[in-house]
Amino acid sequence: MPRSHGSEIDTLIQLLAKLPGLGPRSARRSALQLLKKRDSVMVPLANALHDVADSIEICSECGNLDTVNPCHICGDIRRDQTTICVVEDVADLWALDRSETYRGIYQVLGGTLSALDGVGPDDLNVEKLISRATQEDVTEVILALNATVDGQTTSHYLAERLEDAGVKVTALAHGLPVGGELDYLDDGTLAAALRSRGVVT
Amino acid sequence: MEWQGDGIVLSSSKFGETDALLEVMSRENGRHRGFVKGGSGKRLGPVLQAGNFLTLKWRSRIEENLGRFTVELDRSPLGLIMGDGLRLMTLSAMVSVVSASLPERENHPAVYDSLKAMIEYVERSDVDPAGWAAALVRLEMGILSDLGYGLDLSECAATGSDEDLVYVSPKSARAVSRAAGRPYHDKLLTLPSFLMGPVVEEVGTRAAIEGLNLTGYFLERQVWQVRHRTPPQARERLLSKLVSMAKKSVD
Repeated sequence: MPRSHGSEIDTLIQLLAKLPGLGPRSARRSALQLLKKRDSVMVPLANALHDVADSIEICSECGNLDTVNPCHICGDIRRDQTTICVVEDVADLWALDRSETYRGIYQVLGGTLSALDGVGPDDLNVEKLISRATQEDVTEVILALNATVDGQTTSHYLAERLEDAGVKVTALAHGLPVGGELDYLDDGTLAAALRSRGVVT
Repeated sequence: MEWQGDGIVLSSSKFGETDALLEVMSRENGRHRGFVKGGSGKRLGPVLQAGNFLTLKWRSRIEENLGRFTVELDRSPLGLIMGDGLRLMTLSAMVSVVSASLPERENHPAVYDSLKAMIEYVERSDVDPAGWAAALVRLEMGILSDLGYGLDLSECAATGSDEDLVYVSPKSARAVSRAAGRPYHDKLLTLPSFLMGPVVEEVGTRAAIEGLNLTGYFLERQVWQVRHRTPPQARERLLSKLVSMAKKSVD
């Protein structure tokens, strides 16, 4: 096989190809871009990766990934400390926080109950959630888990475990997406939307 | 090799970044697995949820290979099931029991019909939560029967009488009458009355637990242990939920 570049570049391409959304071909293109923009992109990227790798921590409070512990969300005193939003993983936390519609604190569960993958309650951060929910100032726990069978099974399990915590337990609504047309929706979503219909104000 | 037909999703697991391995219960081809291109992506992810009714096409160059599914959603019962914890638990238990009990690619049309009817029952019926668990018991009775381990509830194994049958022998899987079983009642399994009569809507929580213990005993001994499997987690969770419900109602 002809060698157009050294083994260090090969290693770079192989590592890039492990990232989501990148295959070997797109990893090669990305590597080439990095090599071409060595000073403006490659070196700063390498430094940023190094810095983050050195300081990244899992927040001991909520399970978020950040460079400080507790994370920026848990350390922000302006946030509403009476509401905990439970999410499946860090990507969901970042998505919800990006929307800027929720100003409370979070709890990352670390997955959902799954019979197929053998994930049971002991594999999730359930005890941490319950100990935080029983703190005096917490009044509501919002279960923001995926509208999948595993996600909703986990939601119902958590609601049951939180029964004695003395907090209001709520879950995200299911139904029509913004901009959705009835004609294109599946009947499961339509049934859920119809069941959770509300008064028009 | 190619076939097409209807199927019910038993499970789906992520394969690579956006693809999925799908396991379905089909009417003509039994429990079947296959690869779905884009199966865990935005478009097909919601379609491959457990309990959904699909129209399927399976294709493979060689019959023994995993093969590839092309899927289309026929109907989803999840809209009405998801909001109710016990309905969802029952659905998960149903699909996981079928998945754990049936051999792959073996035709069991009666189990398919029963699974379909029971999912629809769980979706539509508003009468009695224990009735959903009783539907699972009936499904499990059908699975045992289809696999050749059916329970004989027609008459008492000891006296031949067909009246007052309240036990099942764990050895012979045959019914035992109250009078004949009394001396051995601690060794016999309880036969809930809803399994003896016509389908009824009202089933008590305790009867549903007895039913699950009965079918669970034979499934574990004849099917799951033979395949080196443990009882499905979803079924265990449903059973412990029913036990805690029964305890609360006693308190």
